[in-house]
Amino acid sequence: MSDTVVLEVRHMNSFYKDPGQKRQQVLKDVSFVVHQGEILGLVGESGCGKSTLSKAILGFVKDYEGEIIHHTKNPQMVFQDPFSSLNPGKKIGWILEEPLRHNSRAGKAERRQQVENMIERVGLTRDYLERYPRELSGGQRQRVSIAISLIQGSRFIIADEPVSALDVTIQKQIMELMISLQEEMGLSYLFISHDLNVIYQMCDRVIVMKDGQIVEEGEIEEVYSHPKHPYTKQLLESSMEW
Amino acid sequence: MKRKERNYNLILGGCLAALMIAFMVVGLFYTPYDPDAMSGPSKFAGPSLQHLFGCDHFGRDIFSRVLTGSGTTFFVAVSTIVIGGGIGTLAGAFTGYFGGWLDEILMRINDAVASFPSILLALVFISILGPGKYNVILALGVIFIPSFARIVRSEFISNKEKDYVKSARLMGASHVRIMFVHILPNVVPTLLSAIAIGFNNAVLAEAGMSYLGIGVQPPDASLGRMLAESQTYLSRAPWCAVFPGLTVILLVLGFGLLSDGLQKGRGSVSCWR
Repeated sequence: MSDTVVLEVRHMNSFYKDPGQKRQQVLKDVSFVVHQGEILGLVGESGCGKSTLSKAILGFVKDYEGEIIHHTKNPQMVFQDPFSSLNPGKKIGWILEEPLRHNSRAGKAERRQQVENMIERVGLTRDYLERYPRELSGGQRQRVSIAISLIQGSRFIIADEPVSALDVTIQKQIMELMISLQEEMGLSYLFISHDLNVIYQMCDRVIVMKDGQIVEEGEIEEVYSHPKHPYTKQLLESSMEW
Repeated sequence: MKRKERNYNLILGGCLAALMIAFMVVGLFYTPYDPDAMSGPSKFAGPSLQHLFGCDHFGRDIFSRVLTGSGTTFFVAVSTIVIGGGIGTLAGAFTGYFGGWLDEILMRINDAVASFPSILLALVFISILGPGKYNVILALGVIFIPSFARIVRSEFISNKEKDYVKSARLMGASHVRIMFVHILPNVVPTLLSAIAIGFNNAVLAEAGMSYLGIGVQPPDASLGRMLAESQTYLSRAPWCAVFPGLTVILLVLGFGLLSDGLQKGRGSVSCWR
């Protein structure tokens, strides 16, 4: 982990307006940084604003106050649901080539070469390029999603619950893949999950969120062995069975 | 795996529709007799080997007239679908994808057009433009826009929330590219069954308008006109009405079944999620 910062979020507030209801604050004064080469975990129960935060960082939500500063190009995302994140009507090869069509001046043959390299890098074979998403399992689809996020040469990736839709054994494989790619390519992840075990195995640092606020932040070992905030303690106790 | 059930609607509808299309296409190029040639002696001749469907009150061969009449109907129906489906798809895609005030304005216009009974609206168009084949196409085309727009819009609304659209944004695809390259192909199965239903409605609307005398004008043969002309002689020469009527029924039945079959088949062709 270096001191170079890939993402800064400063004093971010976000509101949710439901017609007929009171304006609700989803994010309250959220500030943090992601360093280069680091896996930053983000834990919290559902509805605590994790997804809003990730959408805002990628520009899907524009209705917020505060600052989001990217120090890398093209931040990417690995989505939670591997069944809706790949276009059902397109072959894997087509989907994987799409980012290159827009962002690279490479010719057709060169693009194909990049696509083939990338699919092998995430542990699939070239045959998969000719298949449709429906012919792939959840884990295989998630590998494709990871390939998509990396093919543009992005160095910062938001992973929004990337393994929570998968079986435990597959979870482990995907996590191992993400860690090995991170080490090889010096990637930074913002790894969102509600599963403390997953966070513990993946992350260097962790942020704990409750009701749109950051309640605790620190090195993973420190937070897990000496939780300061009652909410963190509660979370850890409730997942003690591991 | 579950054994696939046979989609009889699709098979039967497909065969019937193919047969009728073949019938119409033949009518564009070949008829056994000149469909407009009158002949005194064969006036009201019944069905026979010379005149398969018999002859009408001018002694014209009904089989030849049904062939060319179906051709006219086919041309009108297809053109109507091209106009209505084309503009409707565009409008539905933009309003569904972007939403907001554009959606609000276009959909209210849509509601306004859809709230008139289609025959009444067609009458208005025809009274402004005058009768004739091309005006019928224009009038029906405009009337068909709302139904297509609505279907495509709802499909776009449900698709744009899916992660693959967000993923496409992150890939750097433009909105227009996402709409027409990423989303539209996934809407095609729904659109196809809407086209089959729309084709049916266009056939019926054209026949209805020609029956009322505001559609295709004489001497052009049209199934609706033939029905209108033959009703005076219904008891004397029923074949004059039966064969054009039967053609319309088979046509509509074929495309109706096809549309049903397409809708049922959607689930098994691929698992859209």
